[in-house]
Amino acid sequence: MSMSETSLVRARNVHKAFGPLEVLKGIDLDVAPGEVVVILGPSGSGKSTFLRCINHLEAIDQGFIEVDGEQIGYRLRDDRLIKLSNSDIAVQRSKIGMVFQQFNLYPHMTALQNVIEAPIGVHGQNRNEAVRYAKELLNRVGLAEKIDAYPRQLSGGQQQRVAIARALAIRPRLMLFDEPTSALDPELVGEVLATMRDLAKEGLTMIVVTHEIGFAKEAADRVVFMDGGVVVEQGPPAEVLTNPSHPRTRSFLSRFI
Amino acid sequence: MSGSASIQTDDRLRDVKLAHVPFPVTRLALWIFTLAVALGFAYIVAINPNFGWPVVAQYLFDPTVMQGLWVTLGLTVVAMIIGVVLGLILAIARMSNDRLASSLASLFIWFFRGTPLLVQLIFWYNMSTLFPRISIGIASWDTNDLITPLTAAIVGLALNEAAYMAEIIRGGLLSVDKGQAETAEAFGMNRARALWRIIIPQAMKSIVPPTGNQLISMIKATSLVSVIAMADLLYSVQSIYNRTFEIIPMLLVAVLWYLFITSILNVGQGAIERYYNRGDRGSTPADRTKEYATPMVGAAHEHV
Repeated sequence: MSMSETSLVRARNVHKAFGPLEVLKGIDLDVAPGEVVVILGPSGSGKSTFLRCINHLEAIDQGFIEVDGEQIGYRLRDDRLIKLSNSDIAVQRSKIGMVFQQFNLYPHMTALQNVIEAPIGVHGQNRNEAVRYAKELLNRVGLAEKIDAYPRQLSGGQQQRVAIARALAIRPRLMLFDEPTSALDPELVGEVLATMRDLAKEGLTMIVVTHEIGFAKEAADRVVFMDGGVVVEQGPPAEVLTNPSHPRTRSFLSRFI
Repeated sequence: MSGSASIQTDDRLRDVKLAHVPFPVTRLALWIFTLAVALGFAYIVAINPNFGWPVVAQYLFDPTVMQGLWVTLGLTVVAMIIGVVLGLILAIARMSNDRLASSLASLFIWFFRGTPLLVQLIFWYNMSTLFPRISIGIASWDTNDLITPLTAAIVGLALNEAAYMAEIIRGGLLSVDKGQAETAEAFGMNRARALWRIIIPQAMKSIVPPTGNQLISMIKATSLVSVIAMADLLYSVQSIYNRTFEIIPMLLVAVLWYLFITSILNVGQGAIERYYNRGDRGSTPADRTKEYATPMVGAAHEHV
Protein backbone atom coordinates (compact mmCIF):
# COMPACT_ATOMS: atom_id res chain seq x y z
CA MET A 1 0.00 0.00 0.00
CA SER A 2 1.24 3.43 -0.86
CA MET A 3 -0.82 5.04 1.89
CA SER A 4 1.32 3.92 4.80
CA GLU A 5 2.39 7.49 5.62
CA THR A 6 -1.19 8.72 6.03
CA SER A 7 -2.71 5.52 7.40
CA LEU A 8 -4.90 5.70 10.47
CA VAL A 9 -4.29 2.03 11.20
CA ARG A 10 -1.06 0.23 10.42
CA ALA A 11 -0.71 -3.45 11.26
CA ARG A 12 2.54 -5.21 10.47
CA ASN A 13 3.25 -8.92 10.67
CA VAL A 14 0.70 -9.46 13.46
CA HIS A 15 0.90 -12.88 15.04
CA LYS A 16 -1.35 -14.26 17.75
CA ALA A 17 -1.59 -17.73 19.22
CA PHE A 18 -3.87 -19.15 21.89
CA GLY A 19 -1.69 -21.86 23.37
CA PRO A 20 -0.66 -24.12 20.52
CA LEU A 21 -3.36 -22.72 18.24
CA GLU A 22 -1.95 -20.12 15.89
CA VAL A 23 -4.83 -17.80 15.02
CA LEU A 24 -3.03 -14.94 13.25
CA LYS A 25 -0.02 -15.79 11.14
CA GLY A 26 1.37 -12.45 10.00
CA ILE A 27 -1.33 -9.90 9.17
CA ASP A 28 -0.39 -6.69 7.34
CA LEU A 29 -3.12 -4.13 6.96
CA ASP A 30 -3.38 -0.40 6.35
CA VAL A 31 -6.54 1.61 6.79
CA ALA A 32 -6.69 5.19 5.53
CA PRO A 33 -8.66 7.87 7.39
CA GLY A 34 -12.29 7.76 6.29
CA GLU A 35 -11.91 4.35 4.77
CA VAL A 36 -14.44 1.57 5.33
CA VAL A 37 -12.75 -1.81 5.38
CA VAL A 38 -14.84 -4.95 5.52
CA ILE A 39 -13.08 -8.11 6.62
CA LEU A 40 -14.67 -11.28 5.31
CA GLY A 41 -13.69 -14.85 5.88
CA PRO A 42 -14.89 -18.19 7.17
CA SER A 43 -15.36 -18.84 10.89
CA GLY A 44 -12.06 -19.43 12.60
CA SER A 45 -10.13 -17.40 10.03
CA GLY A 46 -8.94 -15.05 12.80
CA LYS A 47 -10.85 -11.97 11.67
CA SER A 48 -12.52 -11.27 15.03
CA THR A 49 -9.28 -11.92 16.88
CA PHE A 50 -7.48 -9.44 14.65
CA LEU A 51 -10.15 -6.83 15.34
CA ARG A 52 -9.79 -7.38 19.09
CA CYS A 53 -6.03 -6.96 18.78
CA ILE A 54 -6.51 -3.49 17.34
CA ASN A 55 -7.75 -2.13 20.69
CA HIS A 56 -5.60 -4.52 22.70
CA LEU A 57 -8.43 -6.67 24.04
CA GLU A 58 -6.02 -9.37 22.93
CA ALA A 59 -2.28 -8.80 23.22
CA ILE A 60 -0.38 -9.75 20.07
CA ASP A 61 2.66 -12.03 20.15
CA GLN A 62 4.69 -10.57 17.29
CA GLY A 63 4.61 -7.57 14.98
CA PHE A 64 2.92 -4.28 15.84
CA ILE A 65 -0.30 -2.33 15.43
CA GLU A 66 -0.43 1.45 15.21
CA VAL A 67 -3.54 3.62 15.40
CA ASP A 68 -3.21 7.29 14.54
CA GLY A 69 0.56 7.13 14.85
CA GLU A 70 0.53 5.56 18.32
CA GLN A 71 1.61 1.98 18.82
CA ILE A 72 -1.11 0.05 20.63
CA GLY A 73 0.00 -1.33 23.99
CA TYR A 74 3.64 -0.20 23.77
CA ARG A 75 5.81 2.89 23.51
CA LEU A 76 9.15 3.30 21.85
CA ARG A 77 11.54 5.20 24.12
CA ASP A 78 15.24 5.59 23.30
CA ASP A 79 15.02 2.70 20.88
CA ARG A 80 13.58 0.44 23.56
CA LEU A 81 10.02 -0.81 23.33
CA ILE A 82 8.28 -0.44 26.70
CA LYS A 83 4.95 -2.07 27.60
CA LEU A 84 2.37 0.57 28.50
CA SER A 85 0.64 0.61 31.87
CA ASN A 86 -3.00 -0.37 32.05
CA SER A 87 -4.06 3.24 32.42
CA ASP A 88 -2.09 4.28 29.31
CA ILE A 89 -3.70 1.44 27.37
CA ALA A 90 -7.09 2.61 28.63
CA VAL A 91 -6.38 6.06 27.18
CA GLN A 92 -5.57 4.50 23.80
CA ARG A 93 -8.74 2.43 23.87
CA SER A 94 -10.87 5.38 24.81
CA LYS A 95 -10.35 6.81 21.31
CA ILE A 96 -11.52 3.67 19.54
CA GLY A 97 -15.20 2.78 19.38
CA MET A 98 -16.24 -0.84 19.42
CA VAL A 99 -19.48 -2.63 18.63
CA PHE A 100 -19.81 -6.23 19.78
CA GLN A 101 -21.61 -9.22 18.33
CA GLN A 102 -23.60 -9.66 21.54
CA PHE A 103 -24.26 -5.87 21.88
CA ASN A 104 -22.96 -5.96 25.50
CA LEU A 105 -25.12 -3.06 26.60
CA TYR A 106 -24.99 -2.43 30.35
CA PRO A 107 -28.28 -4.11 31.37
CA HIS A 108 -28.73 -2.07 34.56
CA MET A 109 -28.64 1.23 32.69
CA THR A 110 -31.16 2.82 30.35
CA ALA A 111 -30.26 3.46 26.72
CA LEU A 112 -29.31 7.04 27.55
CA GLN A 113 -27.21 6.02 30.57
CA ASN A 114 -25.42 3.46 28.41
CA VAL A 115 -24.50 6.15 25.91
CA ILE A 116 -23.32 8.80 28.40
CA GLU A 117 -21.34 6.43 30.65
CA ALA A 118 -17.97 6.64 28.88
CA PRO A 119 -18.20 10.31 27.82
CA ILE A 120 -18.76 11.34 31.46
CA GLY A 121 -16.76 8.67 33.26
CA VAL A 122 -13.78 8.28 30.95
CA HIS A 123 -13.62 11.51 28.97
CA GLY A 124 -14.70 13.80 31.79
CA GLN A 125 -17.41 15.45 29.75
CA ASN A 126 -19.89 17.72 31.37
CA ARG A 127 -23.15 15.89 32.01
CA ASN A 128 -25.45 18.26 30.15
CA GLU A 129 -23.26 18.19 27.08
CA ALA A 130 -23.00 14.38 27.21
CA VAL A 131 -26.77 14.02 27.51
CA ARG A 132 -27.37 16.48 24.68
CA TYR A 133 -24.99 14.61 22.35
CA ALA A 134 -26.33 11.20 23.45
CA LYS A 135 -29.86 12.28 22.59
CA GLU A 136 -28.66 13.51 19.22
CA LEU A 137 -26.95 10.16 18.55
CA LEU A 138 -29.92 8.08 19.70
CA ASN A 139 -32.08 10.21 17.45
CA ARG A 140 -29.69 9.54 14.59
CA VAL A 141 -29.95 5.76 15.03
CA GLY A 142 -33.73 6.11 15.14
CA LEU A 143 -34.28 5.51 18.85
CA ALA A 144 -35.26 8.93 20.11
CA GLU A 145 -38.30 7.42 21.86
CA LYS A 146 -36.32 4.72 23.58
CA ILE A 147 -33.86 6.78 25.59
CA ASP A 148 -35.33 5.66 28.92
CA ALA A 149 -35.77 2.00 27.97
CA TYR A 150 -33.61 -0.66 29.56
CA PRO A 151 -31.79 -2.99 27.13
CA ARG A 152 -34.12 -5.90 27.94
CA GLN A 153 -37.06 -3.84 26.78
CA LEU A 154 -35.48 -3.41 23.35
CA SER A 155 -35.29 -5.78 20.41
CA GLY A 156 -31.90 -7.08 19.33
CA GLY A 157 -31.74 -4.62 16.46
CA GLN A 158 -32.60 -1.72 18.74
CA GLN A 159 -30.01 -2.85 21.28
CA GLN A 160 -27.33 -2.97 18.64
CA ARG A 161 -28.25 0.53 17.45
CA VAL A 162 -27.95 1.78 21.04
CA ALA A 163 -24.54 0.05 21.15
CA ILE A 164 -23.54 1.92 17.99
CA ALA A 165 -24.67 5.22 19.51
CA ARG A 166 -22.70 4.37 22.66
CA ALA A 167 -19.56 3.80 20.61
CA LEU A 168 -20.10 7.02 18.63
CA ALA A 169 -20.57 9.02 21.82
CA ILE A 170 -16.85 8.95 22.55
CA ARG A 171 -16.22 10.64 19.16
CA PRO A 172 -13.94 7.82 18.04
CA ARG A 173 -11.26 8.16 15.41
CA LEU A 174 -11.87 4.57 14.48
CA MET A 175 -14.86 2.27 14.82
CA LEU A 176 -14.51 -1.48 15.10
CA PHE A 177 -17.53 -3.67 14.37
CA ASP A 178 -17.21 -7.29 15.49
CA GLU A 179 -19.89 -9.23 13.58
CA PRO A 180 -22.52 -6.65 14.57
CA THR A 181 -25.43 -8.48 12.93
CA SER A 182 -24.54 -12.12 13.61
CA ALA A 183 -26.63 -12.37 16.77
CA LEU A 184 -29.69 -10.77 15.17
CA ASP A 185 -32.78 -12.35 13.68
CA PRO A 186 -32.76 -11.95 9.89
CA GLU A 187 -35.54 -9.37 9.88
CA LEU A 188 -33.59 -7.12 12.27
CA VAL A 189 -30.30 -7.16 10.37
CA GLY A 190 -31.42 -4.51 7.90
CA GLU A 191 -31.95 -1.71 10.44
CA VAL A 192 -28.46 -2.15 11.86
CA LEU A 193 -26.80 -2.30 8.45
CA ALA A 194 -28.69 0.83 7.39
CA THR A 195 -27.30 2.68 10.41
CA MET A 196 -23.79 1.48 9.56
CA ARG A 197 -24.16 2.54 5.92
CA ASP A 198 -25.05 6.04 7.07
CA LEU A 199 -21.92 6.18 9.20
CA ALA A 200 -19.82 4.99 6.27
CA LYS A 201 -21.22 7.79 4.12
CA GLU A 202 -20.37 10.36 6.78
CA GLY A 203 -16.70 9.47 6.44
CA LEU A 204 -16.15 7.58 9.69
CA THR A 205 -13.18 5.22 9.57
CA MET A 206 -14.58 1.74 10.06
CA ILE A 207 -13.25 -1.78 10.21
CA VAL A 208 -16.14 -4.22 9.97
CA VAL A 209 -15.91 -7.95 10.51
CA THR A 210 -19.07 -9.43 9.07
CA HIS A 211 -20.70 -12.12 6.97
CA GLU A 212 -22.91 -9.60 5.19
CA ILE A 213 -21.64 -9.67 1.62
CA GLY A 214 -24.35 -7.20 0.63
CA PHE A 215 -23.06 -4.63 3.10
CA ALA A 216 -19.51 -5.15 1.83
CA LYS A 217 -20.66 -4.60 -1.73
CA GLU A 218 -22.53 -1.39 -0.99
CA ALA A 219 -20.60 0.31 1.79
CA ALA A 220 -17.01 -0.93 1.75
CA ASP A 221 -14.16 0.97 0.17
CA ARG A 222 -12.10 -2.17 0.41
CA VAL A 223 -12.78 -5.81 1.14
CA VAL A 224 -10.19 -7.88 2.94
CA PHE A 225 -10.57 -11.63 2.71
CA MET A 226 -8.95 -13.60 5.53
CA ASP A 227 -8.52 -17.33 5.86
CA GLY A 228 -6.37 -19.45 8.09
CA GLY A 229 -4.88 -16.46 9.91
CA VAL A 230 -3.61 -14.63 6.83
CA VAL A 231 -4.97 -12.04 4.42
CA VAL A 232 -5.68 -14.03 1.28
CA GLU A 233 -6.66 -11.13 -0.92
CA GLN A 234 -7.94 -7.59 -0.72
CA GLY A 235 -9.17 -4.87 -3.00
CA PRO A 236 -12.24 -2.86 -4.01
CA PRO A 237 -15.48 -4.80 -3.42
CA ALA A 238 -16.32 -4.87 -7.12
CA GLU A 239 -13.07 -6.68 -7.74
CA VAL A 240 -12.85 -9.05 -4.79
CA LEU A 241 -16.53 -9.93 -4.61
CA THR A 242 -17.33 -10.30 -8.30
CA ASN A 243 -14.02 -11.45 -9.64
CA PRO A 244 -11.97 -13.03 -6.86
CA SER A 245 -8.51 -14.08 -7.86
CA HIS A 246 -7.89 -16.61 -5.10
CA PRO A 247 -9.62 -20.03 -5.11
CA ARG A 248 -10.32 -19.82 -1.37
CA THR A 249 -12.12 -16.51 -1.79
CA ARG A 250 -14.07 -17.99 -4.67
CA SER A 251 -15.18 -21.01 -2.68
CA PHE A 252 -16.14 -18.82 0.31
CA LEU A 253 -18.19 -16.44 -1.82
CA SER A 254 -19.86 -19.25 -3.72
CA ARG A 255 -21.72 -20.12 -0.53
CA PHE A 256 -23.52 -16.78 -0.60
CA ILE A 257 -24.82 -16.98 -4.15
CA MET B 1 -58.56 -36.21 16.40
CA SER B 2 -61.67 -38.01 15.25
CA GLY B 3 -63.93 -36.07 12.91
CA SER B 4 -67.17 -37.21 14.51
CA ALA B 5 -70.10 -34.79 14.43
CA SER B 6 -70.64 -34.64 18.22
CA ILE B 7 -67.15 -33.17 18.74
CA GLN B 8 -67.83 -30.59 16.06
CA THR B 9 -70.89 -29.28 17.92
CA ASP B 10 -68.93 -29.20 21.20
CA ASP B 11 -66.35 -26.82 19.77
CA ARG B 12 -68.28 -23.72 20.82
CA LEU B 13 -68.46 -24.93 24.40
CA ARG B 14 -64.73 -25.70 24.41
CA ASP B 15 -63.74 -22.03 24.24
CA VAL B 16 -61.56 -21.59 27.34
CA LYS B 17 -63.03 -18.13 27.79
CA LEU B 18 -66.15 -19.85 29.16
CA ALA B 19 -64.26 -22.06 31.60
CA HIS B 20 -65.24 -22.19 35.28
CA VAL B 21 -62.80 -22.86 38.07
CA PRO B 22 -64.07 -25.53 40.49
CA PHE B 23 -64.45 -24.34 44.06
CA PRO B 24 -61.20 -25.30 45.89
CA VAL B 25 -62.82 -27.33 48.69
CA THR B 26 -59.67 -29.22 49.67
CA ARG B 27 -57.52 -26.12 49.81
CA LEU B 28 -60.07 -24.26 51.90
CA ALA B 29 -60.30 -27.19 54.30
CA LEU B 30 -56.52 -27.25 54.63
CA TRP B 31 -56.47 -23.52 55.37
CA ILE B 32 -59.13 -23.84 58.05
CA PHE B 33 -57.40 -26.83 59.63
CA THR B 34 -53.98 -25.11 59.64
CA LEU B 35 -55.41 -21.90 61.10
CA ALA B 36 -57.24 -23.85 63.77
CA VAL B 37 -54.08 -25.70 64.81
CA ALA B 38 -52.08 -22.45 64.85
CA LEU B 39 -54.71 -20.62 66.93
CA GLY B 40 -54.99 -23.54 69.29
CA PHE B 41 -51.23 -23.60 69.80
CA ALA B 42 -51.11 -19.83 70.29
CA TYR B 43 -53.89 -20.12 72.87
CA ILE B 44 -52.06 -22.88 74.78
CA VAL B 45 -48.89 -20.78 74.84
CA ALA B 46 -50.77 -17.64 75.84
CA ILE B 47 -52.59 -19.14 78.83
CA ASN B 48 -49.60 -21.18 80.09
CA PRO B 49 -48.43 -19.36 83.23
CA ASN B 50 -44.92 -20.84 82.93
CA PHE B 51 -44.22 -18.52 79.99
CA GLY B 52 -44.65 -15.59 82.33
CA TRP B 53 -46.21 -13.21 79.81
CA PRO B 54 -46.87 -10.50 82.43
CA VAL B 55 -43.12 -10.51 83.19
CA VAL B 56 -42.36 -10.34 79.47
CA ALA B 57 -44.60 -7.31 79.16
CA GLN B 58 -43.03 -5.71 82.21
CA TYR B 59 -39.45 -6.03 80.92
CA LEU B 60 -39.98 -5.67 77.17
CA PHE B 61 -39.10 -1.96 77.26
CA ASP B 62 -36.94 -2.06 80.36
CA PRO B 63 -34.05 0.44 80.13
CA THR B 64 -31.46 -2.33 80.56
CA VAL B 65 -33.03 -4.32 77.75
CA MET B 66 -33.25 -1.21 75.56
CA GLN B 67 -29.59 -0.47 76.16
CA GLY B 68 -28.70 -4.07 75.25
CA LEU B 69 -30.84 -3.80 72.13
CA TRP B 70 -28.94 -0.70 70.99
CA VAL B 71 -25.62 -2.42 71.62
CA THR B 72 -26.74 -5.39 69.54
CA LEU B 73 -27.93 -3.14 66.72
CA GLY B 74 -24.81 -0.99 66.84
CA LEU B 75 -22.49 -3.98 66.85
CA THR B 76 -24.38 -5.54 63.96
CA VAL B 77 -24.27 -2.39 61.85
CA VAL B 78 -20.61 -1.59 62.51
CA ALA B 79 -19.38 -5.18 62.13
CA MET B 80 -21.45 -5.65 58.99
CA ILE B 81 -20.20 -2.44 57.35
CA ILE B 82 -16.58 -3.30 58.07
CA GLY B 83 -17.24 -6.88 57.00
CA VAL B 84 -18.75 -5.86 53.66
CA VAL B 85 -16.02 -3.33 52.83
CA LEU B 86 -13.24 -5.69 53.83
CA GLY B 87 -15.04 -8.57 52.09
CA LEU B 88 -15.18 -6.57 48.87
CA ILE B 89 -11.46 -5.86 49.05
CA LEU B 90 -10.75 -9.53 49.79
CA ALA B 91 -12.98 -10.70 46.92
CA ILE B 92 -11.21 -8.40 44.45
CA ALA B 93 -7.81 -9.44 45.79
CA ARG B 94 -8.72 -13.09 45.53
CA MET B 95 -9.82 -12.68 41.91
CA SER B 96 -6.82 -10.61 40.88
CA ASN B 97 -4.05 -11.94 38.68
CA ASP B 98 -1.54 -10.86 41.32
CA ARG B 99 -0.48 -14.07 43.06
CA LEU B 100 0.56 -12.27 46.25
CA ALA B 101 -2.80 -10.55 46.65
CA SER B 102 -4.84 -13.64 45.85
CA SER B 103 -2.79 -15.84 48.19
CA LEU B 104 -3.12 -13.40 51.08
CA ALA B 105 -6.86 -13.14 50.54
CA SER B 106 -7.20 -16.93 50.40
CA LEU B 107 -5.20 -17.29 53.58
CA PHE B 108 -7.40 -14.78 55.40
CA ILE B 109 -10.59 -16.47 54.23
CA TRP B 110 -9.23 -19.92 55.09
CA PHE B 111 -8.35 -18.88 58.65
CA PHE B 112 -11.41 -16.86 59.57
CA ARG B 113 -13.92 -19.26 58.06
CA GLY B 114 -12.08 -22.24 59.46
CA THR B 115 -12.22 -21.34 63.15
CA PRO B 116 -15.27 -20.88 65.39
CA LEU B 117 -16.37 -17.30 65.90
CA LEU B 118 -16.62 -17.89 69.65
CA VAL B 119 -12.95 -18.88 69.77
CA GLN B 120 -11.97 -15.88 67.66
CA LEU B 121 -13.82 -13.55 70.04
CA ILE B 122 -12.09 -15.02 73.07
CA PHE B 123 -8.71 -14.71 71.36
CA TRP B 124 -9.29 -11.04 70.55
CA TYR B 125 -10.51 -10.38 74.06
CA ASN B 126 -7.41 -12.02 75.54
CA MET B 127 -5.00 -10.45 73.09
CA SER B 128 -3.09 -8.81 75.95
CA THR B 129 -1.90 -12.17 77.22
CA LEU B 130 -0.29 -12.80 73.83
CA PHE B 131 0.95 -9.28 73.08
CA PRO B 132 1.04 -7.13 76.24
CA ARG B 133 2.03 -4.05 74.20
CA ILE B 134 1.23 -3.13 70.62
CA SER B 135 3.59 -0.76 68.82
CA ILE B 136 3.57 0.68 65.35
CA GLY B 137 6.83 2.49 64.63
CA ILE B 138 7.60 4.60 67.68
CA ALA B 139 3.99 4.73 68.86
CA SER B 140 3.12 2.07 71.39
CA TRP B 141 0.04 1.21 73.38
CA ASP B 142 -0.91 -1.04 76.23
CA THR B 143 -2.98 -3.78 74.59
CA ASN B 144 -5.59 -3.63 77.36
CA ASP B 145 -6.25 0.02 76.48
CA LEU B 146 -6.92 -0.89 72.86
CA ILE B 147 -8.76 -4.18 73.22
CA THR B 148 -11.82 -3.43 75.29
CA PRO B 149 -14.83 -5.74 75.12
CA LEU B 150 -16.23 -3.38 72.50
CA THR B 151 -13.20 -3.39 70.19
CA ALA B 152 -12.69 -7.13 70.63
CA ALA B 153 -16.33 -7.69 69.72
CA ILE B 154 -16.18 -5.41 66.66
CA VAL B 155 -12.88 -6.80 65.39
CA GLY B 156 -13.89 -10.39 65.97
CA LEU B 157 -17.31 -10.09 64.34
CA ALA B 158 -16.09 -7.93 61.45
CA LEU B 159 -13.11 -10.06 60.45
CA ASN B 160 -15.18 -13.22 60.58
CA GLU B 161 -17.93 -11.55 58.57
CA ALA B 162 -15.41 -10.28 56.01
CA ALA B 163 -14.29 -13.83 55.25
CA TYR B 164 -17.86 -14.90 54.48
CA MET B 165 -18.74 -11.73 52.60
CA ALA B 166 -15.62 -12.12 50.45
CA GLU B 167 -16.90 -15.43 49.13
CA ILE B 168 -20.42 -14.08 48.61
CA ILE B 169 -19.13 -11.03 46.74
CA ARG B 170 -16.71 -13.11 44.69
CA GLY B 171 -19.57 -15.36 43.64
CA GLY B 172 -21.58 -12.30 42.64
CA LEU B 173 -18.75 -10.79 40.62
CA LEU B 174 -18.23 -14.10 38.83
CA SER B 175 -21.91 -14.25 37.93
CA VAL B 176 -21.65 -11.15 35.72
CA ASP B 177 -21.21 -11.87 32.02
CA LYS B 178 -17.55 -11.54 31.06
CA GLY B 179 -18.53 -9.43 28.06
CA GLN B 180 -19.43 -6.63 30.47
CA ALA B 181 -15.93 -6.28 31.87
CA GLU B 182 -14.52 -6.50 28.36
CA THR B 183 -16.86 -3.79 27.11
CA ALA B 184 -15.90 -1.49 29.96
CA GLU B 185 -12.27 -2.19 29.14
CA ALA B 186 -12.82 -1.51 25.43
CA PHE B 187 -14.27 1.88 26.32
CA GLY B 188 -11.15 2.79 28.26
CA MET B 189 -12.57 2.46 31.76
CA ASN B 190 -10.02 1.65 34.43
CA ARG B 191 -10.53 -1.41 36.62
CA ALA B 192 -11.91 0.50 39.58
CA ARG B 193 -14.50 2.35 37.54
CA ALA B 194 -15.50 -0.76 35.61
CA LEU B 195 -16.07 -2.55 38.92
CA TRP B 196 -17.94 0.29 40.54
CA ARG B 197 -20.16 1.33 37.65
CA ILE B 198 -20.59 -1.81 35.58
CA ILE B 199 -19.73 -5.02 37.40
CA ILE B 200 -20.82 -4.47 41.01
CA PRO B 201 -24.30 -3.10 40.21
CA GLN B 202 -24.97 -6.23 38.15
CA ALA B 203 -23.41 -8.51 40.76
CA MET B 204 -25.66 -7.04 43.47
CA LYS B 205 -28.56 -9.11 42.19
CA SER B 206 -26.83 -12.26 43.41
CA ILE B 207 -25.00 -10.62 46.33
CA VAL B 208 -28.02 -9.14 48.13
CA PRO B 209 -29.99 -12.29 49.08
CA PRO B 210 -27.09 -14.12 50.78
CA THR B 211 -25.98 -10.84 52.36
CA GLY B 212 -29.42 -10.46 53.90
CA ASN B 213 -28.94 -13.93 55.25
CA GLN B 214 -25.55 -12.95 56.67
CA LEU B 215 -26.99 -9.84 58.28
CA ILE B 216 -29.64 -11.89 60.04
CA SER B 217 -27.02 -14.41 61.21
CA MET B 218 -24.89 -11.50 62.36
CA ILE B 219 -27.65 -10.12 64.59
CA LYS B 220 -27.83 -13.45 66.33
CA ALA B 221 -24.06 -13.99 66.26
CA THR B 222 -23.65 -10.77 68.24
CA SER B 223 -25.18 -12.67 71.17
CA LEU B 224 -21.83 -14.52 71.39
CA VAL B 225 -20.19 -11.34 72.64
CA SER B 226 -22.00 -11.84 75.95
CA VAL B 227 -19.15 -14.26 76.78
CA ILE B 228 -16.64 -11.41 76.69
CA ALA B 229 -18.79 -9.28 78.99
CA MET B 230 -20.16 -7.08 76.24
CA ALA B 231 -23.60 -5.89 77.34
CA ASP B 232 -25.65 -6.79 74.29
CA LEU B 233 -29.33 -7.76 74.21
CA LEU B 234 -28.74 -11.33 75.42
CA TYR B 235 -26.28 -10.20 78.11
CA SER B 236 -28.74 -7.62 79.40
CA VAL B 237 -31.62 -10.10 79.76
CA GLN B 238 -29.19 -12.53 81.40
CA SER B 239 -28.17 -9.85 83.87
CA ILE B 240 -31.83 -9.41 84.77
CA TYR B 241 -32.72 -13.09 85.16
CA ASN B 242 -29.57 -13.66 87.22
CA ARG B 243 -31.28 -11.36 89.68
CA THR B 244 -34.93 -12.38 89.31
CA PHE B 245 -34.57 -16.04 88.18
CA GLU B 246 -37.27 -15.43 85.56
CA ILE B 247 -35.21 -17.14 82.91
CA ILE B 248 -37.87 -18.09 80.33
CA PRO B 249 -39.75 -14.79 80.35
CA MET B 250 -36.51 -12.84 80.01
CA LEU B 251 -35.31 -15.04 77.15
CA LEU B 252 -38.71 -14.47 75.53
CA VAL B 253 -38.06 -10.73 75.76
CA ALA B 254 -34.81 -11.23 73.82
CA VAL B 255 -36.49 -13.60 71.34
CA LEU B 256 -39.24 -11.09 70.60
CA TRP B 257 -36.71 -8.35 69.92
CA TYR B 258 -34.56 -10.59 67.69
CA LEU B 259 -37.67 -11.58 65.73
CA PHE B 260 -38.77 -7.97 65.44
CA ILE B 261 -35.41 -6.84 64.02
CA THR B 262 -35.11 -9.71 61.57
CA SER B 263 -38.68 -9.08 60.35
CA ILE B 264 -37.79 -5.49 59.56
CA LEU B 265 -34.66 -6.66 57.77
CA ASN B 266 -36.68 -9.08 55.63
CA VAL B 267 -38.81 -6.18 54.42
CA GLY B 268 -35.72 -4.09 53.72
CA GLN B 269 -34.06 -6.91 51.83
CA GLY B 270 -37.09 -7.28 49.59
CA ALA B 271 -36.93 -3.59 48.70
CA ILE B 272 -33.20 -3.74 47.92
CA GLU B 273 -33.68 -6.81 45.73
CA ARG B 274 -36.38 -5.08 43.75
CA TYR B 275 -34.05 -2.11 43.19
CA TYR B 276 -31.20 -4.21 41.82
CA ASN B 277 -33.53 -6.22 39.61
CA ARG B 278 -34.48 -3.10 37.64
CA GLY B 279 -33.77 -3.59 33.98
CA ASP B 280 -34.95 -7.15 34.37
CA ARG B 281 -38.09 -8.12 32.58
CA GLY B 282 -41.18 -7.86 34.74
CA SER B 283 -39.24 -6.90 37.83
CA THR B 284 -41.57 -4.09 38.78
CA PRO B 285 -45.29 -3.81 38.13
CA ALA B 286 -44.60 -0.83 35.85
CA ASP B 287 -42.22 -2.92 33.77
CA ARG B 288 -44.78 -5.63 33.30
CA THR B 289 -47.14 -3.32 31.49
CA LYS B 290 -44.48 -2.05 29.12
CA GLU B 291 -43.65 -3.70 25.85
CA TYR B 292 -40.43 -5.59 25.75
CA ALA B 293 -38.56 -7.98 23.57
CA THR B 294 -36.88 -11.28 24.25
CA PRO B 295 -33.87 -10.74 26.48
CA MET B 296 -30.53 -11.41 24.97
CA VAL B 297 -28.85 -12.68 21.95
CA GLY B 298 -29.73 -15.41 19.59
CA ALA B 299 -33.46 -15.02 19.78
CA ALA B 300 -34.33 -11.37 19.68
CA HIS B 301 -37.86 -11.04 18.42
CA GLU B 302 -39.71 -7.81 18.30
CA HIS B 303 -43.02 -8.00 20.12
CA VAL B 304 -44.50 -4.67 19.28
